[in-house]
Amino acid sequence: MENIVGKIHSFESLGTVDGPGIRFVIFMQGCPLKCKYCHNRDTWDTHSGTEYSVDEVLKKVLHSKPFIDNSNGGVTVSGGEPLLQVDFLIELFKVLKSHKIHTCIDTAGSLKISPKIEELLSYTDLVLLDIKHIDNEKCIDLTGAPNTNTLEFANYLKEQKKPVWIRQVLIPEITGNEEDLHKLKAFVDTLDNVEKIEIMPYHDMGKFKWEALGEKYPLENIPLPTDEDIRKAKEILEI
Amino acid sequence: MQFKEWEDFVQGDWTKEINVRDFIQKNYTPYEGDSSFLAGATDKTKKLWDEVLELFKKERDAGGVLDISDDIASTITSHEAGYIDRALEDIVGLQTEAPLKRAIMPNGGIRIVEKSCEAYDRKVSPEIENIFHNYRKTHNDGVFDVYTPEIRAARSSHLITGLPDGYGRGRIIGDYRRVALYGVDALIEEKKEEFNNARSDWMSEDIVREREEISEQIRALNSLKIMAAKYDIDISKPANNAKEAIQWLYFGYLAAVKEQNGAAMSIGRTSSFLDIYIERDLKKGIITEAEAQEYMDHFVMKLRMIRFLRTPEYDQLFSGDPVWVTESIGGMGIDGRTLVTKNSFRMLHTLNTLGPSPEPNLTVLWSTRLPSGFKKFCSQMSIKTSSIQYENDDLMREYWGDDYGIACCVSAMRIGKQMQFFGARANLAKTLTYAINGGRDEMSGKQITPKFAPITSEYLDYDEVWDRFDQMMEYVAATYVDALNIIHYMHDKYAYEALEMALHDRNILRTMACGIAGLSIVADSFSAMKYAKVKVIRDETGLAVDYKIEGDFPKYGNDDDRVDDIAVKIEKTFMDKLRKQKTYRGSKPTMSILTITSNVVYGKATGSTPDGRRAGEPFGPGANPVHGRDTNGAVSVLNTIAKLKYKNSEDGISYTFAIVPAALGKDEDTRINNLVSILDGYFCQLSHHINVNVFDRALLEDAMEHPEKYPQLTIRVSGYAVNFIKLTREQQLDVINRTIHERI
Repeated sequence: MENIVGKIHSFESLGTVDGPGIRFVIFMQGCPLKCKYCHNRDTWDTHSGTEYSVDEVLKKVLHSKPFIDNSNGGVTVSGGEPLLQVDFLIELFKVLKSHKIHTCIDTAGSLKISPKIEELLSYTDLVLLDIKHIDNEKCIDLTGAPNTNTLEFANYLKEQKKPVWIRQVLIPEITGNEEDLHKLKAFVDTLDNVEKIEIMPYHDMGKFKWEALGEKYPLENIPLPTDEDIRKAKEILEI
Repeated sequence: MQFKEWEDFVQGDWTKEINVRDFIQKNYTPYEGDSSFLAGATDKTKKLWDEVLELFKKERDAGGVLDISDDIASTITSHEAGYIDRALEDIVGLQTEAPLKRAIMPNGGIRIVEKSCEAYDRKVSPEIENIFHNYRKTHNDGVFDVYTPEIRAARSSHLITGLPDGYGRGRIIGDYRRVALYGVDALIEEKKEEFNNARSDWMSEDIVREREEISEQIRALNSLKIMAAKYDIDISKPANNAKEAIQWLYFGYLAAVKEQNGAAMSIGRTSSFLDIYIERDLKKGIITEAEAQEYMDHFVMKLRMIRFLRTPEYDQLFSGDPVWVTESIGGMGIDGRTLVTKNSFRMLHTLNTLGPSPEPNLTVLWSTRLPSGFKKFCSQMSIKTSSIQYENDDLMREYWGDDYGIACCVSAMRIGKQMQFFGARANLAKTLTYAINGGRDEMSGKQITPKFAPITSEYLDYDEVWDRFDQMMEYVAATYVDALNIIHYMHDKYAYEALEMALHDRNILRTMACGIAGLSIVADSFSAMKYAKVKVIRDETGLAVDYKIEGDFPKYGNDDDRVDDIAVKIEKTFMDKLRKQKTYRGSKPTMSILTITSNVVYGKATGSTPDGRRAGEPFGPGANPVHGRDTNGAVSVLNTIAKLKYKNSEDGISYTFAIVPAALGKDEDTRINNLVSILDGYFCQLSHHINVNVFDRALLEDAMEHPEKYPQLTIRVSGYAVNFIKLTREQQLDVINRTIHERI
C-alpha cells in the first residue's frame, strides 16, 4: 500500500466554497460522467494527471494546517470523480484523520457502493453529494449515466448517518424547472442526514477548457440563471 | 514636570522624562468589543469633505497639480495660515496658504525643483534660482561632488535604483505625540539639556555635528510654535483636550512636511495615544461619540491633503502622488493587553465616513491575539475598501517592543528612538544577468562593473552561475553601500530633518535600509538551471541576451521547498554581504524585499532572464511570485512568502495579495471570517507583511475605461495603497494581469 499513487489534476490551497472553512482542495483526475456543463472538462481523462504519493500530498496539506485550523476547515477531494481512486483516498484519509484533519468528498455518487467505498466513507467527515438530475431520463441525457447509483449512494449515507450537503447545479431549462425541483425536495426530505442544500448557479466559465481540448461546448445556447431563477429555486428547496 | 492639562491622568515615569510609551501604558483603555459604537459622519464633516473632493477634482483636471508656491523656499514658518473653509474645520493647518498648493523645497536639489515646475508650465522665481545656484549648496550637489564612476555606472544602468540622491530620503517618523503630551516648551527644555550634555574630552567631529544638529532642532521647535501662532493657537503648553491633542499632534506633523519633501513621511502610531484624550473628554461628558469621530475625520482629511511637488518621472515610478502618511494601528502590548482602542476603530472607520483612500496609509499591526471584534472589523473594511495593509505584530514586537511604527510601507522603527537611512534597492535580476555577462549590461552591452569572467557555456550550470552570482552580489553590495554612505552624509549636511529629529531622543538607533528587487525571478532562474535545462542565446558580441528553457521546473510561489529554499538562500547571502560593509554613522545594515509599484519600471530596464521572463516584462512586486507562476492557490503562495526570514530582511518583506470577493466565500460573513483565518494562518508562521485587495477584475477594467466614475478607487501594491485611476496604463494592466486569485 505504501507505493500507492493518486492521479491528480491540480490543487487549490485556498478553497472556500467546497465545505466548511478554508479547504485544501485536491482535484482528482478522471471522471466516468460526461456532464454537458462540466466546468472541469480537463479532468475527465483517466490516463492523464500528475502522480503523487500519499506522503507528498500529506506534506502539502500539513503546510496549510495553520489556515485549516484557524478556520475549522479541512481537506476536500473533488474532481473529476474522486471515488474512481478509492484505494488512494483510503490511505490519504486514514493519515489525514490521524492528524485530526476534517475530510470531505465532493462526489456525484455515480459509482456502485463497494466495500472499498464503504471503508473510505468510514474515514470521511462530510460528503458533498452532487445530484446531477433527480429525473432519471434527463440525468442520462445530461451526464450519459442514470441517477440510480447516486440515489442509492444517498440512501447508504443516510443509513450510516453520514453528514451530507446536497448540491444542485441550477441550469435553466435543464435542472431549473419547478417540477424537478419539487421532486428533488421530496427526495431530500426522505433523508435525515442532510445538513445543507446548496444551489450552484450554472456558469460557463469552464467553456474555454472544452475549446482548449478542441471540443464543442454542448450547452452553447443555454442562458445563465437569473437572480429570479435562483430565488425561486431557493424557495422551493427551502434554503 | 507638572501641568494642569494632565489632570485625571495616571502619573509615572512619563511625568519625569519624555516617555510617551509610559503615558500610553498607564492611561489607555483597551477595547475588546465590536464596531457597533461607531457614529457616522456629521453634516459638518460631509460638507467639508465635499469641498475637499471638489478641490481634488480641480487638481486632477489641472493635470495633477493645482498650484505651486514657486517663489518661496518652504520652511516651517515660510507661509501664512491656510484654510479650506475656516468655519467648518475642526483641525486646521495647510502646507502653504492655500489648499493643495504645493511648496518647493530646494535644499534637496534645485534642479529637481526646476524640472518639476517646468513639467507643470511654471518657473522657479529668479531670486530662488539665484540663491540655490550661487550661494546655497544642496544635498544633490553634495552627492554628485563625491560619487565614484562605479556608482554612476551602476545607477544609470539601473543596477542600483531609486537612490534618494535628488530627493528627500524620508522614512523618519517624528514622535508627533510629544507635541500634544508635553507642549513645545518642555521639549525645548529637554533639547537644551541634551545640548549641554553633548560634550566630551575633545571636540570631535561627531560632537561638533551633534551640537549643531541639536541647535537646529531647538530652532525648529521654536519655528513650530511660530507656525501654530499663525493659526492663533499657542502650543507651548500641553494639549488640554482631545481636539487640542489632535491639533497639536497634527501641527507637529505639518511642520515636518513643510520642512521636508521626504520620500515617505509617516505619522507613526497615533490612534491609541489620542484615544486617551478622547476617553477623558467622553467621560467628562464634554464631547459625544459623533464629535470624536468628527475630529478624527477632520484630522484624516488633512492627512489626505498633504502634497509634494515632484517630477512626472517620480510619479511614474511610484504611481501618482505618494506621501506614505503611514499610521500604525492596533497590535498587542508587552504586558499582554491589546493596544486596540476605540480610536483604532475610528481611524479605520474614516474609510466609511470619508470613503476609501490611499492616504493615510492605514497599517494594522496584526496579532493572532487581537480581539476578535477588531479582527472582523479590519477584515470587513479590507473587503469593502482594499485600503488596509497588515504587518505581523507578534513578529515585530520581539524586535521593536510595543511602541514602534511603520515608516513608508514595511519599515518598523521604535517611535522617537530610531530612524533609518533609506536606501531604495538593488536589482538582483540584473545582478544575475551581469554575473552571466561578466558585468556587461544585457540590454546596452556596456561594461558596467569591472570585468568579471563571463559564462561561456551553451547551457547554464547551477553551481558555476551561483559562484559568479555570489561574486557579483559582493560587488553590488559594496558599491551600493558606498552610494548610501555618500547620500546620507550629504543629506545630514544639507537637508537635515531638524523638526523630525527634534521629536526623537538624543541617542537613537540608525539603520542603513538597503533593499532588493527581483527575488522571485532570480529564485526561478536558479530553479530552472537545477531542474530543467537553460540554453543561452548570445548575440554576435557574445552577450547573453535571451534564454531558452527545456523542461519544467519548480516555481517560487507554490510552497515547493525545492525553489523556495533557493529564495531563502539568496535573501541570506545578500544580507550577509551587506552586513560586511562599513556604514555611515555606525548605522546597522538591514534589507527590505519591497518594490512598491516600481516593479513595472524595473522590468522595463531589465533584459530577458534565465527563468524565461522576457526582456521588459514586469517583476513581481516585492516578494511576490512572477505573474501567473503560482498555480496552487493563495495559501500556497502565502506559505512560500512565510519561508523568507525577517531576521535577514528586518526592513520588511512585502507581499501583495489580490482576490475576487467570490473566492473568499459565498456570503459576507463567511468572507469576513475566512479573511481573518487567512491572516491568522499567515502571520502565525512569522511572516511579515501582506497587502489585501478584494476586487473583481471587471471592476478594474471598467475603472480603466471610465476613471471619472471611480475617483476614490484604492488598491494596494507592495506596501502602499494607490489611487487606481492615477496609475499609468501600464501599471493598471500590471495590476489587472497580476495573479488575482479567482478560482471558485
